[in-house]
Amino acid sequence: MREYLLGNVAIAKGFMEAGIGLAAGYPGTPSSEIIETLADLRGDLPLHVEWSVNEKVALEVAAGASWTDVRAAATMKHVGLNVAADPFMTLAYLGIGAGLVVVCADDPFCHSSQNEQDSRRYSEFASVPCLDPADPKEAKDMAVYGFELSEKFNIPVMLRPTTRVSHARADVEPGVARPCGGRRQFTKSPGQRVALPVHARPLHTELTKKRSAIEEELQSAPWNRLELKGESGIIAAGISGLYAEEAIQDLDLEDMSLLRIGTYPVPSRMISQLLEHVSRVMVVEELEPVVEEQVERLARKVNPAVEILGKDGSIPREGELDFLTVRNAVARLLGRSEKPALRVAAAEKILPPRPPALCPGCSHRATYYAMRKAFGKKAVYPSDIGCYTMAVGMGTVDTCLCMGSGITLASGIRFGGETEGICCSLGDSTFLHGGMTGLLNAAYNKARITVTILDNSTTAMTGHQPHPGTGVTATGESTVQVSLEALAKALGAGLVKTVDPYDLDKAIEGFQKAKEFPGLSVVIARQPCVIKARRSGAGRKSFAVGEDCAGCRVCVDFGCPAIEFEGEKARINALCTGCGVCAKICPSAVIQEVRK
Amino acid sequence: MKTSECDIVIVGVGGQGVILISDVIGRAAVKSGKPVRGAETHGMAQRGGSVINHTRIGCRFSPMVAVGRADVLLALEPAEALRFAHFLSPEGVALVNTTPVLPVTVTTGKARYPAMEEILAPLRNICKAVVPMDATAIAKQAGTVQAMNVVMLGALSGHIPLSEDILLAALAEVVPPRYLEANQKAFALGKAEVE
Repeated sequence: MREYLLGNVAIAKGFMEAGIGLAAGYPGTPSSEIIETLADLRGDLPLHVEWSVNEKVALEVAAGASWTDVRAAATMKHVGLNVAADPFMTLAYLGIGAGLVVVCADDPFCHSSQNEQDSRRYSEFASVPCLDPADPKEAKDMAVYGFELSEKFNIPVMLRPTTRVSHARADVEPGVARPCGGRRQFTKSPGQRVALPVHARPLHTELTKKRSAIEEELQSAPWNRLELKGESGIIAAGISGLYAEEAIQDLDLEDMSLLRIGTYPVPSRMISQLLEHVSRVMVVEELEPVVEEQVERLARKVNPAVEILGKDGSIPREGELDFLTVRNAVARLLGRSEKPALRVAAAEKILPPRPPALCPGCSHRATYYAMRKAFGKKAVYPSDIGCYTMAVGMGTVDTCLCMGSGITLASGIRFGGETEGICCSLGDSTFLHGGMTGLLNAAYNKARITVTILDNSTTAMTGHQPHPGTGVTATGESTVQVSLEALAKALGAGLVKTVDPYDLDKAIEGFQKAKEFPGLSVVIARQPCVIKARRSGAGRKSFAVGEDCAGCRVCVDFGCPAIEFEGEKARINALCTGCGVCAKICPSAVIQEVRK
Repeated sequence: MKTSECDIVIVGVGGQGVILISDVIGRAAVKSGKPVRGAETHGMAQRGGSVINHTRIGCRFSPMVAVGRADVLLALEPAEALRFAHFLSPEGVALVNTTPVLPVTVTTGKARYPAMEEILAPLRNICKAVVPMDATAIAKQAGTVQAMNVVMLGALSGHIPLSEDILLAALAEVVPPRYLEANQKAFALGKAEVE
C-alpha cells in the first residue's frame, strides 16, 4: 500500500529494503531524519544505528562495517562532507567490502545552512559515482540501487538528495525490509586496505579505469531518460527534471526534446544523441554547471554548432530553482511570454519581519547576557553553528564559519594581535563534533581566550538528537555520559567553571573569573533546552510584570518572545516558560513570580 | 495544460501545526488513490519563524506550488497570510485565522503589527474570496486551543477534492487517541464556520 512519505523516510526505507547492517551519521538539516527513521525501524533486525560524533567519524565507522562485509551507510548534510572529505577521497581508492552509500543532503538556498555548495563536485573530485534523486520515490529506489552499484564496482556511492527531496513528501510504495546478510568478518587485504604510497599508486590507476566502467554502467540507468522530439531540447538534472517536465506541460510544448539525468558520471551517449538531434539546448540544473560542462565537452565532439544555454544567465547559479524560474527560462528560449513573479506591495510595506529567534526562556539568551555583562562591548565574540547563532542581534556572535571554528578563530584573533577580551561560544554537540581539537590547540599554543560551551544537553537546532554528553544513544539505549568539565580539563584548559545561566548573578561572576584568568578558561553554561524541558514535563514557575513598571524596556530589549511592550509598559505573555531571568534584570524589580 | 488538480499553500508560525495539516491531506490523498506531493519547512525556519508548506493533490511534478497558482491559501496566522499572498491564484481562496501571533520584532517594539483590515484588503484584491475566521476561538470551543490547525483543516475540507470521511480517517491516524474527539469536533466546527 502506498504511503505519504518524507524523502528522508523513503531513503531510510530503501536502506531497510537493501538489508543494511550499519548506519552512522551526524545530524544536519536536511539529512537528520534518515538516522532517526532507521533507529525507529530497526526493531529486532541486526542493524547498528548510531549518531556519530561527527561526519568524518560516521563515514569511517560505515567504512569499517562495509569492510566487515555488511552493507553500510553514512548520512550527513553537504557541509558535513567537508568534514568527512578526508576518508571520502581515499575510500574511493581503497574500495569497499559490502556496499557503502554516503548520503550527502544538499541545501540550495541555504534554508538551514552556512553555504550552498554543490556536492556533485565532490563526486567528480573523488571519482565516486553520484545518484541525484528528483523526488522521494527515486530517493528510495536509488538508496537500494546505490548498494548494488557500490558492490558491482567496489566503490562507495554518493546519494545526493536536496532539501526539496529530503523534506518533500510523496506517495511512495514501500517494499519489504530485508535482514542484513554478509559474513560479518574483516578480511585482511593490505593491498586494498592500507593506503601506503606503494598501494595507492596502482589503486589510483584502477580507480580511473573504474570511472569509465561506471560511466558505461550508468548510461542505461532508469533515472536517465531521453525523449527525442523537436529541434529544441532541455537537459535537466535531479529535481530540475520535474520543473522542466512541469514547464513543458504548462506551456503545452509537444515538440520539446528532453533528457532527464539522475546519475554522475552523466550518460554521455544520451547527451550526444540529443546534441546530434537538436540545434539548441538548455541545461537546467541547480547550483554548479556540472552537467553543462559535460554537455559543452561532448558538443565539441558531436555538434559544435549547437547552441548551449544554461549558466550563461538563462538559469541562475545561486539559490534553488523552482517551476516558475524554469518555465520562464524555457519561455524566453522559445520567444514566448514570461509569467512575472507576483509581488504583493502591501506585504512588503506593512508586514513586520518574523525571523527565526531563540525560544522563549532559551538559556542561551541568558548566557549571552551574562557574557556581555562581564566582557563588555569591546570584547570579541567568535561564535559557531547552532541555535545560538540566531543571537547575532545580542552582540555576542561576531563570527560563524563552520562547526568548531569559534575556538580556533578566537585563538587566531588573539595571536593576530587583538588585545581586547575574547570570549567565544559553541554548543555542547558542536564542541564534541569539532571543538575539542580547537580547545586542545588553544591550550597547547597558549591562547588567552575564554571558551563558552552552551550546554543544553542536546543537539537542538536539528531536532534534539542525543550526543556523547547526554548518556543516550541514537536508539535510546543508555551509555557513558561524557563529562564536559573533565574533557575541558584534559584538553588543557587552565580554568573550568560551570554556571547555571538562569542564576544570572553567579553566571556573570563566573564569566568575570574567566575573563580575569591569565590563560585558557572554559565556562560551561548548563541548562536543558527549553523545548526538551517542556516535553519532559518539567514544572515551571509563572512570572508577571507589576503595576509599577517604569517602561524602561530593559526586559523588552532582552529579546525574549514572552515579553511584550504594550501601552508604555512591559507584559509577560503566555509563551513564558518561567526561567525568571527577566525578573533578575528588571531594574525596578517589578517582575515577580506569581502563583499559577 | 493544468499540472495539478489542487494546489494548497499552508502557512503559519513554527509550532502552530502546519505540518500536521498537510500530513492529513497527503494521507487522505493517498487513500483516495491520487498522486500527491508536498514540501515542508524544517530546521532553522521553525524557531518561531514563518513556516510555509506546499501540498499538491493530483500532481506528479515538483513538490512546490508556483507563485500565483495556489487554489487555496490556508493561513493559520493573519500576517503570514499576507506574507505568502503572492502564491494565490486570481481564482484562489484564502482561509485566514484572524488571531495574530506577534513576532519578536513587534513585541520588542521594533515593528508594528498591522490592523486586520490592512491585511485582508490587499488579500481581497488578488484572489476570488477571502474567508476570515477566528479559528483560535473556535478551537477553544472545541475543547483545546491546540486544535486550531484542525479547525482550519475543517474549513479547508470543502475546498479540496477529498471526501470528508477520508480526511477524518487520515486525521485519526495522526492525532493521539485521547485528543481525537476534541479534534473531530474542531474539524466539524471549522467546516460549519465556512458553510
